[in-house]
Amino acid sequence: MSEGVMQADQPPVIEAAPAGDLFAKFDGVIAMREGLLKAGQEDPFSLVMEQVLSPTRAICNGRETILLGTYNYMGMTFDPDVIAAGKQALADFGTGTTGSRVLNGTYQGHRECEDALREFYGMDHAMVFSTGYQANLGIISTIAGKGDYIVLDIDSHASIWDGCALGNAEVVPFRHNDIDAMEKRLKRIPEGAGKLVILEGVYSMLGDIAPLKEMVAIARKHGAMVLVDEAHSMGFIGENGRGVAEDAGVMDDVDFIIGTFSKSVGTVGGFCVSNHPKFEIMRLVCRPYVFTASLPPSVVATAATSIRKLMDGADKRAHLWKNSRRLHGGLKALGFELGTAKALSAIVAVIMPDLEKGAAMWQALLHEGLYVNLARPPATPANMTLLRCSLCAEHSDAEVETILGMFERAGKAVGII
Amino acid sequence: MDRAETDRRIREQLEPFNSKRIAVAEGTSFAGDLEFDSLTVMDFVAAIEDEFDIIISMNQQAEIETWAQLVDAVHAMRKDGA
Repeated sequence: MSEGVMQADQPPVIEAAPAGDLFAKFDGVIAMREGLLKAGQEDPFSLVMEQVLSPTRAICNGRETILLGTYNYMGMTFDPDVIAAGKQALADFGTGTTGSRVLNGTYQGHRECEDALREFYGMDHAMVFSTGYQANLGIISTIAGKGDYIVLDIDSHASIWDGCALGNAEVVPFRHNDIDAMEKRLKRIPEGAGKLVILEGVYSMLGDIAPLKEMVAIARKHGAMVLVDEAHSMGFIGENGRGVAEDAGVMDDVDFIIGTFSKSVGTVGGFCVSNHPKFEIMRLVCRPYVFTASLPPSVVATAATSIRKLMDGADKRAHLWKNSRRLHGGLKALGFELGTAKALSAIVAVIMPDLEKGAAMWQALLHEGLYVNLARPPATPANMTLLRCSLCAEHSDAEVETILGMFERAGKAVGII
Repeated sequence: MDRAETDRRIREQLEPFNSKRIAVAEGTSFAGDLEFDSLTVMDFVAAIEDEFDIIISMNQQAEIETWAQLVDAVHAMRKDGA
């Protein structure tokens, strides 16, 4: 599940349009958006940040705003070493590669970035994609083809669903985090068919985590390969920040870890790390890797520098966890209903009674000077309206207290607490 | 094991999901008549899968729009000698 604000992660079945206008199929979404704006709402999906002051502050629509809805978990976007590496690469290697990784698009920096990932995860192979979306799209569609079976959590991210569809494998979803439901489906797969289980470490809508210890063991027992998307855990979950799989002690039983540079790493790009002995062949057979331009030199330079700094990020990691626990505990004490019983990740999801109150609360917080993510059906599990807060290691203790004060005033004004 | 028996057993599974007590005939559609959303579809499919010990993949679900198509598909997949 993700930030598809106007649509579900699972691709919708689109009805045929009446003869003529191919855009007729979007009338429902157009009406939904107009309805929301007519209610006098500041458009939650057209926010512009005119100036970004730091990983935690920006000028949004003219107001200085605390950012509590970015995925800048480790606050690396303004790290002086990271910025210096990017500037140097821009000066030395130019603005872009203008080519595919398999043609003229592999520079020294791309190799160094993959080296950093291999070291970070302690794995044999690393492959960098131009976005995290493409990493899931490419790996899943390439390894699970027609006749293979993919067993996946129903709350999976859009990039996972799209990878499944592109590869033409048989897709078998199970209820979110339901270990028994997953095993039942694995048992029923015909003898001899290829099997891939896809899980996420942290599910980004509620900020809950998968029971990877149990699920990975069951997947292995049934002869399935396992892919875990650790986009929302890299850098701060697990002893070395490798993610939920590390924390659960199952790194050796996971075949593929998918990740992104657009969250804790602080730039853009995606990757897959693996110990599969034949993994390098993916560079030749994975279409979303081959048929796109590689990342600009400055991006891979900032990513590599950031990843290496995250290896030694124990203090920042500890502060991020402190922030997440304080915000979770504070909001709970104020009387808000939260998506998880305790803080399990850097995402704290506040459950709103309905879309109308959720939108009003979002606007009240913005006027207080706080940006959070408004998530609404159908992008959310069980059609909930959520205010999703994602913390940063650079939020100070005082900032977290300020945020709690803003939530208290806005919550009372809107009548939620 | 005839088709009528498959139909009866799927009807039992439909019970908890048919809150508006819509009369179901061969041509009844899940999206249109029964107004199933994606979450309801998942739970209903899971109930049928457990009842018959089968898999109805999403690829197969995409081909099923009406009650008759569902009964036919499940009947064809039954492992107990339908």
